[in-house]
Amino acid sequence: MAQMTMIQAITDAMRVELKNDENVLVFGEDVGQNGGVFRATEGLQDEFGEDRVFDTPLAESGIGGLAIGLAMEGFRPVPEIQFFGFVYEVMDSINGQMARLRYRSGGHYNAPITVRAPFGGGVHTPELHADSLEGLIAQQPGMKVVIPSTPYEAKGLLISAIRDNDPVVFLEHMKLYRSFRGEVPEEDYTVELGKADVKREGTDVTLLAYGAMVHSSLKAAEELEKDGISAEVIDLRTVSPVDYDTILESVKKTNRVVFVQEAQRQAGIAGQVISEVQERAILHLEAPILRVTAPDTVYAFSDAEEVWLPDHKDIVERVNEVINF
Amino acid sequence: MKQVLENIENQFEMFQVLDENGKVVNKDDLPDLSDDELKELMRRMVYTRILDQRSIALNRQGRLGFYAPTAGQEASQLGSQFALEQDDFILPGYRDVPQLIWQGLPLYQAFLFSKGHFHGNQYPDEVRALSPQIIIGAQYVQTAGVALGLKKRGKKNVAITYTGDGGTSQGDFYEGINNAGAFKAPAIFVVQNNRFAISVPVEKQTNAKTLAQKAVAAGIEGIQVDGMDVLAVYAATKMARDRAVAGEGPTLIETLTYRFGPHTMSGDDPTRYRTEDMDKEWEQKDPLVRFRKYLEGKKLWTEEDENKVIDEAKEDIKKAIKQAEQQPKQKVTDLIDNMYEELPTHLQEQKEIYQAKESK
Repeated sequence: MAQMTMIQAITDAMRVELKNDENVLVFGEDVGQNGGVFRATEGLQDEFGEDRVFDTPLAESGIGGLAIGLAMEGFRPVPEIQFFGFVYEVMDSINGQMARLRYRSGGHYNAPITVRAPFGGGVHTPELHADSLEGLIAQQPGMKVVIPSTPYEAKGLLISAIRDNDPVVFLEHMKLYRSFRGEVPEEDYTVELGKADVKREGTDVTLLAYGAMVHSSLKAAEELEKDGISAEVIDLRTVSPVDYDTILESVKKTNRVVFVQEAQRQAGIAGQVISEVQERAILHLEAPILRVTAPDTVYAFSDAEEVWLPDHKDIVERVNEVINF
Repeated sequence: MKQVLENIENQFEMFQVLDENGKVVNKDDLPDLSDDELKELMRRMVYTRILDQRSIALNRQGRLGFYAPTAGQEASQLGSQFALEQDDFILPGYRDVPQLIWQGLPLYQAFLFSKGHFHGNQYPDEVRALSPQIIIGAQYVQTAGVALGLKKRGKKNVAITYTGDGGTSQGDFYEGINNAGAFKAPAIFVVQNNRFAISVPVEKQTNAKTLAQKAVAAGIEGIQVDGMDVLAVYAATKMARDRAVAGEGPTLIETLTYRFGPHTMSGDDPTRYRTEDMDKEWEQKDPLVRFRKYLEGKKLWTEEDENKVIDEAKEDIKKAIKQAEQQPKQKVTDLIDNMYEELPTHLQEQKEIYQAKESK
């Protein structure tokens, strides 16, 4: 076991897969000699050569097209979109094309593509860097969307994503890149896609969260504990498809749910998940399912992030509403 | 400044081998094709013209669905396809079904594509192609990727793609040719300039005097070809292919052509934006007429040959439409099964619901 930051775990996952499978290709803007704007691909070009890890022209749509075309020749592309706010430039390649390849060809072709991209607030980035846009991809049949919250899971989930024979968008929260270290095995291992993880067991309320909000939820759970409220924290890990089995098991135990996301209230995946949970477990609910989200404005100017982004205090407040309903 | 533009435009004079009367006007570039190959080219053009006529009729009878007419573009579509090898990869636009058929896609599957049935897109392994792309420009960025893949695999093959004049205004058009240029990838980008994007004339797409000169922005070779001259289109594509497999990178080929029919059969009325004079002018340039004259001059083609092809085409089409109509109807469970390698839980649940409905 080594102690790694999430970004080191991500680099390690790509190194493992570049070594395991000669069809794996890593490419994007500045991912080659520069090692990526966050050093996520540091050292990979030196180790595996320019044929496997390479820079592209500055054109996100073109990068998406390259990935699809390379998949037609049997490669396993791992393209990077420098910041997920730039996904709008490549929306057609992702939602309009790779998501549909298997279906539109009646299974003749598939797209084993993993699109990596950083996102997430709290680090004072300029405009359109931090926006949470996972909800846009989660709505597209044919895609999978994975959002890790710890170094261990980042590595295991990324290896699974790369090995998956269908397209995956793998979103990396910038605030979690280097904020803490965790134990990460050096060998190769996988964390199954589409499976949630109970990060903290509890009996009074279920907190459903993903990305940086997992850590805010854990912090909220500690504070709630002081007031005698036992919160169970579930990290969704894959936001499409969602693991309802794990959620429902928890809901049947706690009978109360708060959904926590960094995205705006009208965005993210809260609406869809809450709708499914109430359809499947209405008789187990003692209170309505409430949401902790950002307000429905454009992502905050960086100096306003502190007042705009949801945090553990918002979570504690909502949990109290649910408990006292 | 003006001088720069003129200098560029002068580099893109139309490349032609046969004139409108079927006379060779450019002996140096006359492609090296055997008599049998020349006859086969003619056979394909006649067959495809009949296919277009029958497809329009079948569409009007409601026996076909989405259909984008091809008459007038036979030289552009088939001359370029004729220059390909079997293992080359085609990324067609929605009007480019004929190229797929001559690359080996069974006719009944082309009809199923028109009708909207997934089996129409389940290509035989030997047909290396994607199904016709509806998002204009997407096939261009994907072609750069396929070509890069071929290069990385060390294959002596090319990726070829087609778009129209309107498509050259898309961002993906430019990104595709620029990426292929930056990676020196073996790609052939064909722009079939039939002068209209639905109702919008090419003059409203760009102030550029040729579309071929757009290659300059990517730093790649570009050539403007008489798209009604099958030998010129073949020769240009062959040159582009030879350059590509020799590692010299991509080429942009503009074919000057015309569609005699409407944009699609989905309610477009070309009399709203085209004059009769214009149609007549281009009918004089019909690729079949001039190539027929050329072959007749060489004593390679007779009325009897032509009628034989027409009968053969009609017979094939009749069989193919029947076969398409006998294809089992699509079920929701089929559509679900084609979504992922392994069905996620929500789709497993939905599959069970539809299975129950389908077994009623």
